[in-house]
Amino acid sequence: MEMPKPDLAVLAKKPQLVKRLLQVLPADAVIHDDAETRAYECDALTAYKCPPMCAVLPSSTQEVSDVLRICHEMGVPVVPRGSGTSLAGGALPTADSVILGVARMNAVLETDYDNRFVRVQTGRTNLSVTGAVEQDDFFYAPDPSSQLACAIAGNIAMNSGGAHCLKYGVTTNNLLGVTLVMMDGTVVEIGGAHLDSGGLDLLGVICGSEGQLGVVTEATLRILRKPEGARPVLMGFDSNEVAGQCVSDIIKAGVLPVAIEFMDRPCIRATEAFAKAGYPDCEALLIVEVEGSDAEIKEQLDLILEIARSHNPVELRESTSAEESAKIWLGRKSAFGAMGQINDYMCLDGTIPVSQLPFVLRRIGEMSKEYGLDVGNVFHAGDGNMHPLILFNANKPGDLELCEAFGADILRLCVEVGGCLTGEHGVGIEKRDLMVSQFEPDDLDIQMAVKDVFDPKWLLNPAKVFPLEASRLRRAG
Amino acid sequence: MKPQTEAELAEMVAGTNGPLRVRGGGTRPIGAPMAGEVLDMSGMSGVVLHEPGALTLVVKAGTPVAEVERVLAAEGQRLPFEPMDHRALLGSDGEPTMGGVVAANVSGPRRVQVGACRDFLLGVRFVDGTGRVLKNGGRVMKNVTGYDLVKLMAGSWGTLGVMTELSFKVLAVPQAEATLVKRGASAAEGVALLSEALGAPYDVSGAAHLEGRTQVRLEGLAGSVAYRVDQLRKGCLAGFDVVEGAESQALWQEVRDVTPFAEAEGDVWRVSVKPSDGPKLSEALDAAGVRHRAIYDWGGGLVWLLVQPGDATAIRPALAAFGGHATLIRGRAQAGVPVFQPELAPVAAISSGLRAKFDPRGIFNPGLMG
Ligand SMILES: Cc1cc2nc3c(=O)[nH]c(=O)nc-3n(C[C@H](O)[C@H](O)[C@H](O)COP(=O)(O)OP(=O)(O)OC[C@H]3O[C@@H](n4cnc5c(N)ncnc54)[C@H](O)[C@@H]3O)c2cc1C
Repeated sequence: MEMPKPDLAVLAKKPQLVKRLLQVLPADAVIHDDAETRAYECDALTAYKCPPMCAVLPSSTQEVSDVLRICHEMGVPVVPRGSGTSLAGGALPTADSVILGVARMNAVLETDYDNRFVRVQTGRTNLSVTGAVEQDDFFYAPDPSSQLACAIAGNIAMNSGGAHCLKYGVTTNNLLGVTLVMMDGTVVEIGGAHLDSGGLDLLGVICGSEGQLGVVTEATLRILRKPEGARPVLMGFDSNEVAGQCVSDIIKAGVLPVAIEFMDRPCIRATEAFAKAGYPDCEALLIVEVEGSDAEIKEQLDLILEIARSHNPVELRESTSAEESAKIWLGRKSAFGAMGQINDYMCLDGTIPVSQLPFVLRRIGEMSKEYGLDVGNVFHAGDGNMHPLILFNANKPGDLELCEAFGADILRLCVEVGGCLTGEHGVGIEKRDLMVSQFEPDDLDIQMAVKDVFDPKWLLNPAKVFPLEASRLRRAG
Repeated sequence: MKPQTEAELAEMVAGTNGPLRVRGGGTRPIGAPMAGEVLDMSGMSGVVLHEPGALTLVVKAGTPVAEVERVLAAEGQRLPFEPMDHRALLGSDGEPTMGGVVAANVSGPRRVQVGACRDFLLGVRFVDGTGRVLKNGGRVMKNVTGYDLVKLMAGSWGTLGVMTELSFKVLAVPQAEATLVKRGASAAEGVALLSEALGAPYDVSGAAHLEGRTQVRLEGLAGSVAYRVDQLRKGCLAGFDVVEGAESQALWQEVRDVTPFAEAEGDVWRVSVKPSDGPKLSEALDAAGVRHRAIYDWGGGLVWLLVQPGDATAIRPALAAFGGHATLIRGRAQAGVPVFQPELAPVAAISSGLRAKFDPRGIFNPGLMG
């Protein structure tokens, strides 16, 4: 992956920059020693690394504003960072950039059950938002698998999803307002505790903008009352086609499960070997979860099981206890870890129309043979968000490149069948150069024009999302 | 101008100096009055794709809402965000179109449960102010590829571009629906009850208070609806009556379309606030001597106000104490009282910056949003 050459003129300003940053931040919030900046050299896409010029850890919106104003005046690029769990290289620094980490800003500012929202500083982790309200039986719905670590800041920037978003939506559907600091230091409030926008829906475009429009320091999030209970059912099928058909029949039937997860045979085998969840050895496996009281759960499951039976499953496993439920989820939850035991892996997240599932899985299988790299599929089937995990050996020269080429082919396939490159992980650097397969130059131009408005100098997270060639003139200023 | 195809529209836009008044069905004459030639989108109509098993619908922007509802109903599906029909309230006629619904981000009572129009819009094709055909989003439910201009187009009132094709996520019509109703509560009491119901684990899909009537809707499988009705009546909604089926639907259509104000004289404002502030706003208006009627949807967060035109200048000052925003939906704009809520300077700068990029010559609905 090509990154722009560091700007030597910017690098030369480092001493002056550090001096100015220390005027607005405490000493322990400015990290500029080469040995220490290394801690920020990558996110969860670890194949790419580059230590930043320095990293700052502000504690307030005011400090964020001060930092941005200084960087703006000095023409220094800034890469916002939450917890660094991006799988797309969204928080990858450039050598001439400042990493602006919001991890120290993790307070809950306001909890309002009557109006069902919390306001938090965005360095707070996803799970600890729920943690702050669960003693009162409320929760924050978007639940990325990384929720223990990832921050609301990153969730907003990536518009993250999770297993339960089939029912509850992704981040953007649960975000009511933000405090945004613009690159020049201006602080703006967008949205709030009310439910819609009075003018253009700026909140909608800020969410998912990958840290390129401003730094989000506070967020108003919708919280919901916890359902009375939840229960999964496991189904095994002989073919991906049949499993795919079952998914669409369930969706059509008017029961809306909170989650429909799909695993294919390579993935089932890997997780079985690793986690011993007792999954059947079959072609495709579905985990469908519903919520409600016991009686409501039964009513929904009866309907779902009836649909499943009409597709001749090789296995139907209902849970009758919390332990059994946990066991059904165990394999799914260990899937990434299990694949990681076998080898290094790259996780893709293209989305496809649900009806294309069998075709796409078949093509991925064929491509896997052509490339000589194994791949397992585990994904959110209800909304077509695939997660092919391609196995490769990072120590074998050329394997990463081969894996990337395979991944790119899969993503192009997703686009060809009517889907998209990324359903929840974001573009970052990883899919940046593939954007041309989904968008015409004009489609990219209008997106870049939005960045022109928020960040005219293109200093915020500059080499992400858009192909370098497409953004070259703008980045040059 | 009445284009029949996207290419024709693009050519027309490129070839004109405007201004153009973009019109779907013309049923929502909201916004500052404008000059300009009418760009009639009703020629670009029709369902492009409906995939019930994927909950996906793609339509041309000029497609009548009624046609979409028919097509969906045939498969037991619907537009989950329950768009309002403005005709009775505004005394307009014509056929509401999907483009108009999206341009105004029209979202009904179910907003509190499933989300707004913008939350169900998956993709959009549009022609910008220079005549370029552009697209954003797509037809799949999860998509974070590039910036989300889909949300930006929803609720942009035709000021950023002319939408030509729209894709939506749709949902199945649930088996059963029931509404819990009670008369006699004050607005403050009513909204407090709504808030309790919305904070209970019973997945409420409508929460409104209109003129002494408090109502809460539940939808889903029949057994589940019955169970939740029971639980709520044993709990915070004790003393509420239950109505079902068509009778329940009628109650929500009244809220959705703000029917009680349709025949009444006066200006109608649409105010969006933190739900518990709804009744407080009404009290503040009382205190300021502004005679008004109020209808509360979205658990109190969406307030429809009926006021006399002379009181227009009092609305936003009363609202200022709470935050949120107010839009004049019916009535004449007057000096110092713009139709849309004025934005603070830095936000206004972003909005006008975006308009200048999308429509550099300012030819689409110029000034409509102020
Ligand atoms: C094991 C694993 C499982 C995962 N599972 C899921 C999943 O189920 N669903 C899912 O959607 N994702 C998943 N992810 C991806 C990742 O966790 C999400 O993208 C997450 O939202 C990133 O949050 P973060 O705080 O770590 O952000 P970072 O990685 O620090 O940054 C992500 C992006 O946000 C920007 N950003 C950070 N802070 C700010 C700010 N304050 N203002 C503006 N922009 C900012 C950064 O510049 C960057 O572009 C997973 C990752 C891992 C490692």
